[in-house]
Amino acid sequence: MSMIRRTISTPILLVLILIAIALIAVAAGSRPFNQTVIDIFLRVILVVGLYIFIGNSGVMSFGHIGFTCLGAYAAAWLTIPPMMKQTLLPGLPDWLMAMHLPYWAGAGFAAVWAAIWAAVFGKILMRLSGIAASIATFAMLAMINTVYSNWESVTAATSSVVGIPIIRSIWPYLMAAIIAVIVAWAHAISRAGLALRAARDEPTAAAASGVDIPKQRLIAFILSGAVMGMGGALFAHSIGVVTPDTFYLTLTFTTLSMLVVGGIGSLSGAVLGVVILSSLIQALRWLEAGVTIGTTTLAIPNGLQEIALGIVMILILIRRPAGIMANSELRWPGFTTKHRASTANPGEDPGNKSTQQ
Amino acid sequence: MQTLFDALSLGSLYALGALGIALIFGVMRLVNFAHGDVISFSIFALLWPSTDAVAIVFAGELPWFVLIPFVLAMGAGLSVLSEIIVFRRFRRANPATMMIASFALGFVIRYFLLMLFSSRPKSISLLPALSQPVEILGARIPLLQVITIIATIAILFALTAFLKRTRFGLEMRAAAENFTMARMLGVRANRVIMGAFALSGALAAAIGLILAAQTGTVDIQMGASVMLMAFIATVIGGLGSLPGAVLAGFLLGAASVVMQTVLPIDARPFRDAFVYGAVIMVLIFRPQGLIAARGTKERV
Repeated sequence: MSMIRRTISTPILLVLILIAIALIAVAAGSRPFNQTVIDIFLRVILVVGLYIFIGNSGVMSFGHIGFTCLGAYAAAWLTIPPMMKQTLLPGLPDWLMAMHLPYWAGAGFAAVWAAIWAAVFGKILMRLSGIAASIATFAMLAMINTVYSNWESVTAATSSVVGIPIIRSIWPYLMAAIIAVIVAWAHAISRAGLALRAARDEPTAAAASGVDIPKQRLIAFILSGAVMGMGGALFAHSIGVVTPDTFYLTLTFTTLSMLVVGGIGSLSGAVLGVVILSSLIQALRWLEAGVTIGTTTLAIPNGLQEIALGIVMILILIRRPAGIMANSELRWPGFTTKHRASTANPGEDPGNKSTQQ
Repeated sequence: MQTLFDALSLGSLYALGALGIALIFGVMRLVNFAHGDVISFSIFALLWPSTDAVAIVFAGELPWFVLIPFVLAMGAGLSVLSEIIVFRRFRRANPATMMIASFALGFVIRYFLLMLFSSRPKSISLLPALSQPVEILGARIPLLQVITIIATIAILFALTAFLKRTRFGLEMRAAAENFTMARMLGVRANRVIMGAFALSGALAAAIGLILAAQTGTVDIQMGASVMLMAFIATVIGGLGSLPGAVLAGFLLGAASVVMQTVLPIDARPFRDAFVYGAVIMVLIFRPQGLIAARGTKERV
């Protein structure tokens, strides 16, 4: 179908970028760098998950990291050896206590679990729009956090849940990131995705043309909840420890910043935002550790890394208020302008893609 | 009686915070996430940079009538500075971009404090005379709570008078209602916005003072929790509506305190979940807020 043919270059390019990053990690072969690359893939999953809802619906959500939290704990419940669970989380029901799944099955169930809750919350929240919806999603995040920080017998409250099998290979994370990108692309060109973007750009016209806005938003919300849940499960496997506060405001803002810096309305922006900001963070960390030039070691003081990151983010946003990619996507360079103009962003002038929104 | 005062003093904090956020949102549609960090900054301005657990007070020894204006000025100064350096460049950006920029700015302020003071909470005795209890109608209430409530009411009256009676206040209200129109009628936009930032910063500093005096400790996270509640209060009060923000602030304070006493023991740790659930319910039934500000209604 022509829709697929016209847009397929975007996910292919993004997947190639991800694979390239994985190959660099293999070539470098050092363990700390391996972990850095795993972190990048995890953030790609989370930010793409955010994009599925925020990018297509135009509704800012602060609550999605709540689904990551749900996913991470679901993975903990399913994959920690039963012996450890008995002492650590005595309140789990028996059938869950006995369960011991491999990580990929755990991640799958975590995605489903997060999607179920996304459906429950979404059913209520998707009636709202604008800033009220944003605050309501934030209230949802805070509710999830409060419950998980206090439900001693099932989540070990604020103390960390340990014993989650740690996966050090980068390939599962790469696979999951690729899945996230493809899911996001498939949703964006599907009927639901197109209807949702129409509702984002022209709510009145879309509603008048028969788009059921709350329903389309709900679909995107559930889908992005599932991706966030999967990301949460893998997050848990990457560090082996979960606490409720890992999945709260800091992570919410880090991921949102990456999405906004990359460009809210663009899947390529979601991926590139992660790659660019993550590389920046990594470069600053190296500087913090000290760089040897000749005989002197130059190091920036501790804490300056975060300050520099904040300043760079502000500068990028001053230069490009709609994000690095604005609303456009990466495509084959050889594609004709006719094709470019008629894809994902209707009405966009192909020559002028810097000032959107 | 004790409950009533708890509710009122907590509500005062939220109301002051919500006012600070609503003032800025009113004039420039910016949801200012840096507000919480302004709160922390203004109180840390009292201390010498050090990483010790006990704060080395430098300006805190001042008598109260110098100390309070000093802290307020620090808050207002930082707030105006952030307007000039950062937010002025975002006049045409969409709200999401501005919001992330304000978050990034808050991040910069927080880590700046972290660099100078470390993340450990510090004990500080600020205005110790205020922690003595007083007896009102048979209940022993900390003097500080009484002062918090009285100060909040005084600030509210002063602010109302300022907005209703002075020329600057009039300009600010006009700008909040219809910014473009106000500019065309000769309101100097940058001056009004700077005024809003200054007021908002001073309010943040007032919260910082109250918090530090109440808890006896300062840490760089202290602004964050108040800021979040204040942010929620601003929205359920009706974004941009100042009376709405104050009302919702007091309501949230009351809801937190009342739920603490009413909920069964088992459910008490989950109090905040109930409060946030109530927030969602309010938003479902009144998405435009309790007191909707004119000019912020969605047109669809």
